[in-house]
This record gives sequence, C-alpha cells and structure tokens, in this order.
Amino acid sequence: MSHSSRKKLLLMGRSGSGKSSMRSMIFSNYSAFDTRRLGATIDVEHSHLRFLGNMTLNLWDCGGQDVFMDNYFTNQKDHIFKMVQVLIHVFDVESKSINKDIEIFIKALTNLQKYSPGAKIFVLLHKMDLVQIDKREELFTIMMDKLQKISNPYQFKLIGFPTSIWDESLYKAWSQIVCSLIPNMNLLNNNLLKLNQILDSEEIILFEKSTFLVISSTASIQQNQDAVENNGGQLAPPLSTQEELDPKRFAKISSIIKTYKQSISKLRSNFSNLIIRGSNGAHFYIDILTDNMFIMIVLRDKDSSQPEGQPQHEELLILNNIKSARKWFEKIENSGGV
Amino acid sequence: MEATLLPNPKDTNATILLMGLRRGGKSSICKVVFHNMQPLDTLYLESTSKPTTEQFSSLIDLSVMELPGQLNYFEPNYDSERLFSSIGALVYVIDSQDEYLNALTNLSMIIEFAYKVNPKINIEVLIHKIDGLSEDYRMDAQRDIMQRTGDELLDLGLEGVQVSFYLTSIFDHSIYEAFSRIVQKLIPELPSLENMLDNLVQHSSIDKVFLFDVNSKIYVATDSSPVDIQTYEVCAEFIDITIDLDDLYVENDGNGENKPRELRSVSHLSSGSILYLKQMIRGLALVALIKNEDSNDNKSIQSSASQDKTLTIIDYNINLFKKSLMRMWEHSRFVPVDGLNTEETLSIGKGITKNI
Repeated sequence: MSHSSRKKLLLMGRSGSGKSSMRSMIFSNYSAFDTRRLGATIDVEHSHLRFLGNMTLNLWDCGGQDVFMDNYFTNQKDHIFKMVQVLIHVFDVESKSINKDIEIFIKALTNLQKYSPGAKIFVLLHKMDLVQIDKREELFTIMMDKLQKISNPYQFKLIGFPTSIWDESLYKAWSQIVCSLIPNMNLLNNNLLKLNQILDSEEIILFEKSTFLVISSTASIQQNQDAVENNGGQLAPPLSTQEELDPKRFAKISSIIKTYKQSISKLRSNFSNLIIRGSNGAHFYIDILTDNMFIMIVLRDKDSSQPEGQPQHEELLILNNIKSARKWFEKIENSGGV
Repeated sequence: MEATLLPNPKDTNATILLMGLRRGGKSSICKVVFHNMQPLDTLYLESTSKPTTEQFSSLIDLSVMELPGQLNYFEPNYDSERLFSSIGALVYVIDSQDEYLNALTNLSMIIEFAYKVNPKINIEVLIHKIDGLSEDYRMDAQRDIMQRTGDELLDLGLEGVQVSFYLTSIFDHSIYEAFSRIVQKLIPELPSLENMLDNLVQHSSIDKVFLFDVNSKIYVATDSSPVDIQTYEVCAEFIDITIDLDDLYVENDGNGENKPRELRSVSHLSSGSILYLKQMIRGLALVALIKNEDSNDNKSIQSSASQDKTLTIIDYNINLFKKSLMRMWEHSRFVPVDGLNTEETLSIGKGITKNI
C-alpha cells in the first residue's frame, strides 16, 4: 500500500539552475516574477503533495551547492537515493561549467542505479528562454544525445524537456512527469473518450485539483492514437479542428483558473463550477469531477443561426452529465492505488 | 499644434483633463487604467513632453487629455481659457511621496483659473503613489493636503469650490475606484442608471452589482449599497477570466457571418454565492455577486434547485435591464440615432478584446 501510493521524486541539479523556482511555480502558485525572491535552498527541502487522492508525492528539492552535493553522494547516499521513483535533473542551458554539471549527473546516475534501478529519469534543460529561438531545437537535440550516451552504461532511458519559467513549457513538462506516475491512465483515457462520445464536445480536459496540471485531454489522446496509427503505416485523417486551437491553451487555462481561485479567495470561498457562454458559440463548463480532479468541457454550437433557446436547460443537462460521470471516475481513482 | 489638440467645444465627448507636476504619475495612470499596462512596466515610460489626447468609447464617449507638468499654462499664447471651458473634469495628480507644497500652490492657481472660466467643472485631486506610505501616514497626508488646499483657496477668495480627494496607487485597485467615481460624475444618466440597478438588486436577491466598462475595468454605475473594494476586485477579475477563457477557443476563420453572441458567465462558489456576468451594450458588462444565505441550512439538492430558480429569475431580470439600457441610450444625446445598432453588435465581440 505505502509503496504504491507514496512516490518519491528527487529534484536535482547544480546551484542556481532553477529547481526551487520551478517547484514554487508548479506547486505553490508563484508567478515567474515572484521567483526572484527565492534564496538558495539549504540541504533538502521536502514537500508533500496529495495528488489524485491516494497518491502522495514526496518532492525532495535538493539544494545544489557543492557542499550539499558532496554530502548527498557520500554520507547521505542511501538516505537520498533509496526508493526513488523519479529523478528530475535540471540543467541550466547557460551554465558556464558544463563538465561539472555532467559530473554530478553521472554521480546521481551511479547512485540511482545502485539504490533504485527502476527509477524514471527526466531531464529538464532549463532557462531555454536565454537561447535564441532558432537555435533552441538544435541545442536541445545535441544536449539530449550527449546525456543519453552518458546514461546508456547505467541502463536508464532519459526523457528530456526544454523548459523555461517564462512560458508554458515548464507546465507541460511537469504535467507529463506527473502523468507518468498515474497507474491506470488507459482506463482513465477510455472513460474520457466515452464521455466525449456522449457529450459530443469539442474538447474535454481533466485537471488535477490543487496544481491544475493537465492529467488528460481528448486532444492528447487523439494525438497519441494518431501517432500509433501512423507507425502502423496507416494515414490518419487530418485533425482540422484541433489544429486551429492554440497549442499552448492548457497552460493558459491552468493559469487563468489559478488566478481565478486566488481572486475568489478574497471572498473566503472556493469555486465549485464556472459556466461561460462564449461570444463565439463556444460553451465552457468547468466543474469538480472528483475530489481530486476538475473537468473542463468545451462545447460548440454547430449551427450558428440557431436562436438562443433555453440555455438554462442545456446547462443543467451538461452539469447532470458531469454528475453521472463522477462515480465512474471516482471508481478508477479509488482502484488506482491499491 | 496645440490648437488641434484642444477639444472641439461642439464635441459631445466628456473630457477629463489630467494635470500635475512632472513625474507625478499621470502617464502611468493613463496607461494602467486605459491601456491595461502592467503597473511595473510603467517604470520605463518616458516623460511626456506634449499634450496628448485619447478617445475612449464606453457608456459615454470619453476623451482623456494629459498635459505635461513642465508646461506653463498661463503663457499668453496658450489658449487656456478655451481649454478649461470645454472640459468636464479636472484631475490633478499629486505625488504623495514627494514634497507636495509646490504642487498645492500650482493646484490652487489652476483651480482659481479653471473655476472662473468654467464654474461647473469637477475638480478631482488624486493623492497618488500612496503605496509607498505606511497605513497611518496615508490619512495624515490626506488630511494635511486637504487642509492646505482649503486654506490656499480661502486665501484666493474662492469659497464653495467642490474639490474631491482620492488616495490612489496604480499597484492596487484604488486608481480604478477613483476613476470610476470621476467618470460617473460625467454621466448625465447616472441617477436613472443607479435607480435601475437598485431595482434589479431588490428583485433578484443580488448582493452587489456593477456595470463595468470592460476595457478599463472602471465601473460606470453600481447600486446604492456601499462598495466593498474586495467585491469590486473579484468582479473585475471575473471579467478578465471570462474573456481570457473565451479568447482561447475563438476560431480565426469564420469572422464574416458569425455575429458575436452575448457573453455570459456564471460561477457557483463553494460558499453558495454566485458570480454572474453578462455582456451589455457599448463595451459594458454587468457583473453581479449573488448571495445565497439559506444554502447552508437546506439539503444540497433543495438548495441547488432553488439556486437554479433564482438564476432563471436573475437571467430574466437582467435581460430586462439590458433592454431598458438600450432604450435609454437610444434617447441619450450622446449617441447619434443611427449609431446604436451598429455599435451594439460591434461593441461586444470586438470591443471587449481590442485595446484602443
């Protein structure tokens, strides 16, 4: 029980690479601007986050100054590297001493192989905003190739993300990291698709409640399916509707709703749902799905000439559908950890 | 050059004139309130060297003129007389973090002149950059400034001049609050508007209602219950959230035939209250906070049913309000008769998102 529901995440990287900044932004609602106030992390800072009900994320933010680093790899190594599910290693792309960075990465890999060989490793190439736009992709590929070569002897498969706190890339990376920890993702996705069939919606997105990280969305499921089909030699039909939408919308929605939550807290309250009838025929429903998830449904009026009938009824219908879906999603959630 | 910047007396626009010593924060106020600039970005604004005028179309057509502080208005070649005779409100900005004695002398000179030319002018004084002062010191500063201004005006032999003072800062909502009140004084229909809103509140179990100008987040009218700054903030931010979400799913191609529909947004809060937003005419939006006191006592099913009922009633009432608002504006002297229909469809879809 404790093994499956407690996840230990190590956040490592050299001093000043941005570990605490990203932690504060994702888990403590800091804005990118606020992170200027953060000082250096002393030793290890632990944060515990309940994520999706019976899952607890133990995030170990490991201060990156050399004194502490040496300590991690000598005296504290079994304490730090035991039972790790995920290592998130942050590289500063503008770093002056890349060799030192890599040296530490190798040390971390060595210890990880010894104490928790099953861990997943994510590499974040951080502060990408400092690199010229046209050179980012090239730099990312070169760096990832190099790092993968380094980690091959340790039998780790790296998953890399280019990130920056000034755009949504950080949010996207963390969404994927956290999603990789959810055990019954497929079941969740299947249910989501079924719900989508019933509602005939433009898009459905599931958010985690406290961090508002994206857990799943119909668009991303479809993308994955297309990728699979393409690999099998079949040509997937082009997705006309999806391409028109803003690819950064998830992160934007998330930050909008976080702002809203903060705003509402002035009334000493929280929000339980939000229904918007948009100027463009789009209808938005954001509602609590389970104790740990929010759902956002986007519907679009296909027939634009249709007179505005009885919106009240439609709204109630959708809200009721969400209510009925609730018990199915709760079931998945509760079965997940056991 | 200057002549062209002077407002045409035949203009129906209500004009706000921004004055004050240099580096007082006039341009920053303009940018933050009317152009949605981030307060921190105003650090990089250049000092203004020429008088500038900007037009804003809201419930009323508004012009905001800004006069740079270093200009001497009493030079003979400057047509101050015509300037002051045509404006509705004189807003004088005082930097509260600086020595303000010079500003006060300057202010009373201007008041003396403006009042002679145009006794109907509204004189508004912003005690600005208040964020730098401690809580206790703010009230002292305000009292001191009011006292000194009063004395100076007495010395000049001006009695009975109405001067309003506001403590403001661009880093919180106080500047919006001040501008809301300043603009409201320029709306001739304000009493009937407030009456209509009062009526709405009484019949719909609404706690507080604002009629917002969506672009600037100024409220052009509210019901007669006192304004709680937090409620104002939440309502203003609710507009942003609604519009931001709506913008994410706007299709780029179909702009021809699809006429924008009215935006409406409802949010139930865990405390039982409801936030309600509905788009009105001319870039306005009505935002209401609906309190549902008995939701705690009842069983959840019952209360949600009663909430739905209240919502239906409120929907209906607010539709009526919108209709009467439209009728009111047809008769208003500020709108040309043929202008209304085109304005109305335009103002929402485009008016909301565009920054003029």
